[in-house]
Amino acid sequence: MSQCGVAVDWGAAPGQAGAGGACCASTELAKGGFGLAMTATSAGTAGEDSDRRRGALMAAAQAGDRGAYEALLRDCLPLIRSAARGQGVAADRLEDVVQDVLLTLHRVRHTFDPSRSFNAWLRAISQRRAIDVQRRQSRQRLREVHDPGAYEDHPDPAASPDHGLDRVTQAQRMREALAALPPGQRQAVEMLALQDQSLAEAAAATGRSKVALKVNLHRAVKALRARLAPGDES
Amino acid sequence: MSAAGWEPHEALIRELTAELRPVRRLWSPPWRTAVWAAVLVVAAGGLACVSDLHAIWLRLTGASDMWLAVVGSVVTALTAGLAAFELSLPDRSRAWALLPLPGLALWLGASGMGCLRTTLIPAARMPTMGEESHCLMFIVGVSVPLSLLLLAMLWRARPLRPGPVAAMGGLAAAAAAASLLSFIHPYDVAASDLVFHTVAVGIVILIVRALGGRALGAPTSSGSGRMRRRG
Repeated sequence: MSQCGVAVDWGAAPGQAGAGGACCASTELAKGGFGLAMTATSAGTAGEDSDRRRGALMAAAQAGDRGAYEALLRDCLPLIRSAARGQGVAADRLEDVVQDVLLTLHRVRHTFDPSRSFNAWLRAISQRRAIDVQRRQSRQRLREVHDPGAYEDHPDPAASPDHGLDRVTQAQRMREALAALPPGQRQAVEMLALQDQSLAEAAAATGRSKVALKVNLHRAVKALRARLAPGDES
Repeated sequence: MSAAGWEPHEALIRELTAELRPVRRLWSPPWRTAVWAAVLVVAAGGLACVSDLHAIWLRLTGASDMWLAVVGSVVTALTAGLAAFELSLPDRSRAWALLPLPGLALWLGASGMGCLRTTLIPAARMPTMGEESHCLMFIVGVSVPLSLLLLAMLWRARPLRPGPVAAMGGLAAAAAAASLLSFIHPYDVAASDLVFHTVAVGIVILIVRALGGRALGAPTSSGSGRMRRRG
């Protein structure tokens, strides 16, 4: 079992840098790092090893190695959670922080300098995003009032006898409006909004570019909004 | 690492991995500061071509506070630029924000000494209100392109703390503009002059902090609304 992530020659086999190989290497290295911590070797050495391993994976990801990147993102999750917990993030918000950190890491991945500590870089991002999430939560608390009785006191709009009829009419109008859209726009709405497919999936299924799908969706929403606007019963 | 640990973000990780493209690493802050310094040298060279360099030399060497103030403003421009580039990176200490303080202290201190000197000299030439407002307009006006250039250089780092980074960039641009002002400043620094210069620098920092901070502040999850729902 290799203990040194930096010894993995990511750059030597660009054609073989697929998800499988890199993932396996990363998993093995992750296990290696864990094993080290459990032996007589100092925890500091294990930490340095994992730091070097992640740094090497990130350097490979900067060069476009998707396998290394996928392995790295998975490997980072415990570190992100630990940093967020250290900032006092509540358990129910922990995954929000993880998500924000992953997105931020993706956006600022070019700022990582392989000659420096990856763990310190990631920890700084995690702490910053944890603070952001906590601030967002505080703002939310200031704006929202806890009123457990409000739900029960709220009149149910569905209790109205006309409600069911209205819904049927609205659904009918929506179906007609969708049917009236040009085929490209209708397809974009169905795949991206109704079936919740990603742009990449929809692009692969339709053979259209992501940009074309976005434009079609935008135009479709605009057309639907105009057609379903209140007062327009046509 | 347990498999359950990363399951909630599996879709997001797959999507980010699918979107991965090779990236060009950001230049190190010292290199980016060198580019910033080169821009200032070019601007100074341009102004030197249309200035009376002999008169400037005589004025600056006439009293130590004169050239010390210029050295202070130049050092502030460079150190604030370096601090902005360092602060724009996620893993750099906030203590970098203190780096421009010695240069700033030298700049303001030497200018203050100049004020004292002109106050003590009888019948010393005092700048008119028109000249003062000219200085203010020069500093603010020259700071605009310099700030835009710095913000463009800083934007690529997508700073996590955009406000302080932009403020530091504003200080660098204003200090650089004040340094360039030496080429067309035909009199010693008076008290009102110091106040106008300080106000001009303050205006630049506030504007760049407000507008630049917003421009540099990348949203937490830009264009990833769908990914967020999945996560």
